[in-house]
Amino acid sequence: MLKQTEGSHAVAEAVALCRPEVICAYPISPQTHIVEGLGEMVKSGDLKDCEFINVESEFAAMSVAIGSSATGARTYTATASQGLLFMVEAVYNASGLGLPIVMTVANRAIGAPINIWNDHSDSLSQRDCGWIQLFAETNQEALDLHIQAFKLAEELSLPVMVCMDGFILTHAYERVDIPTQEQVDAFLPPYEPRQVLDPAEPVSIGAMVGPEAFMEVRYLAHAKQMQALERIPQMAEEFQAVFGRAIGGLTHSYRTDDADTIVIAMGSVLGTIKDVVDEMRDAGEKIGVLGITSFRPFPIAAVAAALKHCKRFVVLEKSLAVGSGGIVATDVRMAVTGMGLKGYTVVAGLGGRAITKKSLHALFAKAGRGELEPVTFLDLDWQVVNRQLERERQTRRSGPAAESMLRDVGTVASKIA
Amino acid sequence: MSLQPVKFYQTGTFTVGNRLLAPEERSVQANMQRTSSLNSGHRACQGCGEALGARYAIDAAMNATNRQLIAANATGCLEVFSTPYPETSWQIPWIHSLFGNAAAVATGIAAAIKVKKQKGQGGDVRVVAQGGDGGTTDIGFGCLSGMFERNDDVLYICYDNGGYMNTGVQRSSATPPAARTATTMPLGPEPGNVFDQGKFVPAIAMAHEIPYVATATVADLRDLEYKVTKAMGIRGARYIHILVPCPLGWGTASHDTIRMARLAKETGIFPVFEAEYGEVKSVLAIRRPLPVEEYLRPQKRYAHLFGKSPAVATIARIQALADKNIRKYRLQARQGEH
Ligand SMILES: Cc1ncc(C[n+]2csc(CCOP(=O)(O)OP(=O)(O)O)c2C)c(N)n1
Ligand code: SF4
Ligand SMILES: [Mg+2]
Repeated sequence: MLKQTEGSHAVAEAVALCRPEVICAYPISPQTHIVEGLGEMVKSGDLKDCEFINVESEFAAMSVAIGSSATGARTYTATASQGLLFMVEAVYNASGLGLPIVMTVANRAIGAPINIWNDHSDSLSQRDCGWIQLFAETNQEALDLHIQAFKLAEELSLPVMVCMDGFILTHAYERVDIPTQEQVDAFLPPYEPRQVLDPAEPVSIGAMVGPEAFMEVRYLAHAKQMQALERIPQMAEEFQAVFGRAIGGLTHSYRTDDADTIVIAMGSVLGTIKDVVDEMRDAGEKIGVLGITSFRPFPIAAVAAALKHCKRFVVLEKSLAVGSGGIVATDVRMAVTGMGLKGYTVVAGLGGRAITKKSLHALFAKAGRGELEPVTFLDLDWQVVNRQLERERQTRRSGPAAESMLRDVGTVASKIA
Repeated sequence: MSLQPVKFYQTGTFTVGNRLLAPEERSVQANMQRTSSLNSGHRACQGCGEALGARYAIDAAMNATNRQLIAANATGCLEVFSTPYPETSWQIPWIHSLFGNAAAVATGIAAAIKVKKQKGQGGDVRVVAQGGDGGTTDIGFGCLSGMFERNDDVLYICYDNGGYMNTGVQRSSATPPAARTATTMPLGPEPGNVFDQGKFVPAIAMAHEIPYVATATVADLRDLEYKVTKAMGIRGARYIHILVPCPLGWGTASHDTIRMARLAKETGIFPVFEAEYGEVKSVLAIRRPLPVEEYLRPQKRYAHLFGKSPAVATIARIQALADKNIRKYRLQARQGEH
């Protein structure tokens, strides 16, 4: 059914259609509307046979999820930013135990300085936590990826994060196609756990494992992610057969066939990039886009195949590996090792900094001319940075940096170029 | 002249031993059909009070729930010594997740059970969470308080040995004053753990007004079994705090574990009581309070109090704390009571 609705609400409806049995929630912007929506459905009785638990922290949220998932219940939670960091120990534990929990991450920056706006620092900080990470480009994709996530998680006994851009997607009203219960039921079978806490068949879960088997247990987690590399594209096809939409998969190519330059990105910014690419194509530039849907497992072969015929690539990412450069770019470079491509890393949109078409036009043109620095910070205000560096040179007690820089900027509201 | 009822020590009590009791009155541990939920072969130290306490408690809970029980365990000695995989001592469905989240994991288990039951896919299975004092009163305290506050259908059992034993006997918020631990060494002007710190979580549990809070020791099997059984008959959040002497951390002889637990109770150091909805309902009375010195002296963690010149003032402060417990919880048996 077509519906004009908020991204968060669309996700809540998708999760409800998946018949979750336990949902635990702790509020953090921009995730709140999702769990509020689900809470309402449980309380009103629209979502039956589901326990909605208001927990006291994200650490508890993930811990409750671990308990319910290990007892055989389909389990969901959502978080973002500081909340994701607060639950990290349990995030690793959930994947280590092989529990198919599904969690939405409404992507948001990590403090300090505290910032509620969108970037990908939160989920990418959990790059190696063992969860599958799928990134949505649109609200429709966010909705549909949740349905796929439950199936993928439960088949592989691995938890799945569905990452959607905070505010940009979660709070955007868009037309989405909400599937019927019959469609979801046809796609997603009931959860059949591999391991379950059951008095009829007592097992011990979570024992200590020493050097004798730890490597093997960890390798198994890697092997499962490699299985996911195969299953994710198949699942997209299965999904299309039931729902009639091409959603999911590992990557999406857009106008890359004869492209000399390919821009690589994740999430909602792909929409803006595609607009710019269309305009540059109209102007005769051979440029295309590769969207990465599955960040974990990272689709090395698919990325390499997509970049096979280009001359250069630009990884535009909403994250920063401080002291190194890009996070996504590192993986992309690994994928194209030996292909002789020129690669650029562009760190953009941190803490909600707008990524504009104008800036992208200039950026891609520069890349095309081979004039881009290996690592670029898009629209960085050098003046503000240099003033702070100068201040620190001049006085020892230069004070809190973020506050001084804000004063220099002189605005209170977020800066939209 | 008024008549004074004479009570012989053993009549009307269970101290006569099992042989003289009807089978249904015997303790769960005395029953050949007990589950041995924590089976032999685990790696606890000799005389480990925690192993004993867990065995008593979980067998009683199994007995009370017709063996329909799942346990969530915090990291700590109990977890480590019971599951040296590929061996496990647990005869029940058991999960260990993290150090600080046993209460929350148990909440999740209880939620799953509730939904499954509602859907007709599962029976009436009950949940126990368990952890050491560190896992309960310190790092797991947020999750514990959350579970209490929501009144989740979980019995949480804390095995209190007064320190982080599994990591080598460090101070926790349940370490008693003056006790030596690896991080409160008997050095400086205030040797051992300092006074006026720490917390007594049973009282904090009571402040949540949950249906049931109790304390117990491994010295009184009957009382412990009674409290666990009673707790399993109640719905909602329940908390039992069991004092479990640790021969390694306390520096006591393995064969003195039960004696130490009894002395903790008989001196008033550890008040044994039960409470419902925040109100104390009964206490295990002390017939003749013993001086704390009897409890302290056998423990090497207090050895610095009994050197060439005994730390009289410090011992007096500990005595004052015990006396306060006796007053506060009305532990002293009045005449005619026992
Ligand atoms: C987050 C975290 N911090 C620290 C530890 C290390 N650690 C494991 S067991 C333990 C001590 C447990 O003490 P307690 O809960 O009192 O149980 P006991 O061993 O005394 O029975 C500690 C500190 C850990 N496993 N996880
Ligand atoms: S250190 Fe103490 S609690 Fe741990 S196994 Fe030994 S006696 Fe038991
Ligand atoms: Mg302890």
